[in-house]
Amino acid sequence: MLPQGFSGIARPLLSRAAGQRAAWALGGFFGRAVGSPAPASPHPGRGFRGTPRLQDAPGDTGSADRVTINFINRDGEKFSATAKEGESLLEVVVNQNLSIDGFGACEGALACSTCHLIFDDRAFQQLDPVTPEELDMLDLAYGLTDTSRLGCQVRVKKWMDGLTAQVPVEVSDIRKELEVEKQSKQ
Amino acid sequence: MGRSGGIMRWKRMSAFRFLVPSGSPTGIKRLLSTDGLIPRICIVGSGPAGFYTAQHLLKHHRLAQVDVYEKLPVPFGLVRFGVAPDHPEVKNVINTFTQTARSDRCSYYGNVTVGKDITVKELQKAYHAVILSYGAEDNRTLGIPGEDLAGVYTARAFVGWYNGLPENRDLKPDLSSETAVVLGHGNVALDVARILLSPLEILRKTDITEDSLAILARSKVKRVCLVGRRGPLQVAFTIKELREMINLPNARPFLDPTDFKGLGDVVKDAPRPRRRLTELMAKTALGEPGEEVAGRWASASREWSLKFLRSPLEVLPATDGKRARGIRMAVTRLQGSGEMAKAVPTGEVEDLLCGLILSSIGYRSLPIDPALPFDSKQGIIPNNLGRVLGAPGLYCSGWVKRGAVGVILTTMNDSFDTAQFVLEDLQSGALDVSKAKEGSELVRSILQSRGIHPVSFSDWEKIDAAEVARGKLAGKPREKIVDPQEMLELISH
Repeated sequence: MLPQGFSGIARPLLSRAAGQRAAWALGGFFGRAVGSPAPASPHPGRGFRGTPRLQDAPGDTGSADRVTINFINRDGEKFSATAKEGESLLEVVVNQNLSIDGFGACEGALACSTCHLIFDDRAFQQLDPVTPEELDMLDLAYGLTDTSRLGCQVRVKKWMDGLTAQVPVEVSDIRKELEVEKQSKQ
Repeated sequence: MGRSGGIMRWKRMSAFRFLVPSGSPTGIKRLLSTDGLIPRICIVGSGPAGFYTAQHLLKHHRLAQVDVYEKLPVPFGLVRFGVAPDHPEVKNVINTFTQTARSDRCSYYGNVTVGKDITVKELQKAYHAVILSYGAEDNRTLGIPGEDLAGVYTARAFVGWYNGLPENRDLKPDLSSETAVVLGHGNVALDVARILLSPLEILRKTDITEDSLAILARSKVKRVCLVGRRGPLQVAFTIKELREMINLPNARPFLDPTDFKGLGDVVKDAPRPRRRLTELMAKTALGEPGEEVAGRWASASREWSLKFLRSPLEVLPATDGKRARGIRMAVTRLQGSGEMAKAVPTGEVEDLLCGLILSSIGYRSLPIDPALPFDSKQGIIPNNLGRVLGAPGLYCSGWVKRGAVGVILTTMNDSFDTAQFVLEDLQSGALDVSKAKEGSELVRSILQSRGIHPVSFSDWEKIDAAEVARGKLAGKPREKIVDPQEMLELISH
């Protein structure tokens, strides 16, 4: 279950996506309990996997390809970033200068696991399948969970608008193991 | 450490000072100057531990000044001298370290050997905190007869040699034996095997030294056997590196199927990393390779194998008594299971004929200064969470703190931890920064009086540029300068 209270709730409900976020945040008001599976994306079915539409073409600077990605840092601090479709989550962190210690050490070369991010079940299921090469490095990450991925391998797509990625607490001393246990149960 | 932490404390302190009479000029000077509240921190070692510790301190403290000392003229430690030449992506961390070194409150001082050119006690006079991050420059020894025969090398020296570490530049390893044995089942063992077996065309395009290429070009090594005391479930290498070996051009893997019988059931419920690694080894041992792979292996002129449950007893001498001709090993069996399994001799013994033996059984730290407590059994500086035991103001991070295990990620997390405790101690007052310290001003004058000329970061950038320029002529990312004298002459020291 993810913490609520992102700035998305305060924004006017201009898009269906924002409406869905608000509904989720407000809990059962719209007839759906917090934490229960919400529809996959603002588009019916798996539209985001379909053939690319013209408005998704690169170079389009309209709001159509701006996606809001939320991050929860290790210390619980939350921030939102505006991402472009096609960017990797690592590129989002770097381009937006997000303050995540040690993130992306190998700069996206699949030679480390420092861009390790944890997703909620729903989002995780929709990500593009993980490759053996990514698994090889992900397997070395601290605090590995069933819904972990490497940020450099996750490309932003429209359905990810409002997605939340948690930066794992890195375990290197016994005091932090409790944090990690808590984390992996989410 | 809050964003306003540093500034807030200064405001509070100066108010307090007004209440305390201090007639002397120095008292007034202290009242007016902010110097007394700038933590001056010294880090010994410029590898990942040193730089990640510096990075964390600088990021989370607005005022702290961090000076990084390094015994070699050039920085970056094992990133430059340990990571294999054919793994350039792993070296990308140098970019973030470079940013740190170039930042205002960070200074780099190369060519300064702590413990020889300057003592830890002298550093403590100059800095509020001293953090030891000097890693592990020694290796564990086999402790068996024949260990010193010609043809026996430590993996540490071999890696140092092909990576241009000045102290190993004259190793000139003898690669005339067709069979090489590598003792150890870690990533360093795989690195060494891979460098011995890689096609030269691949190595030529890396930053491996010119001298190494020349010697490898004359190498007769055709087969490398990696020998470990325990079984497949205890291997310390990781899957990406194993995959690389399996896919190595012109090299055929030999894994004995009997080593893997029944292991599938055992790892079924193991954590995913261990399971996938074991499955990959088992598949290579038992599975039928596809046509393309089978063809590649059939025409390969080189091979490598994994041997389990063998513990080295003695390096067997040749008739002249000076060279190695083979290795005698005890056949072991496992007692217990998983990570804690122990290898126990069965009484049986096996000999393997070979003229080249590389011992890759772990690195070890060394004591560098009598002021530092040192645990020679564990090979670390005794500490609690990075605070050196019995020595307030002294900290440690990286391999010298936890032992020589782990990849850059491990060291990064560890360094952030130590830095966090330094920050906590600054916050709580356990580290008292109310008295100003002279930091590098004092150290530089001491060094000057001893005829030591530190190398600055911009000096390193000159050396860096020269290496890259020389490399360009040879189609390599860089041609490393392996003579410290040459480095110093380049920057006209």
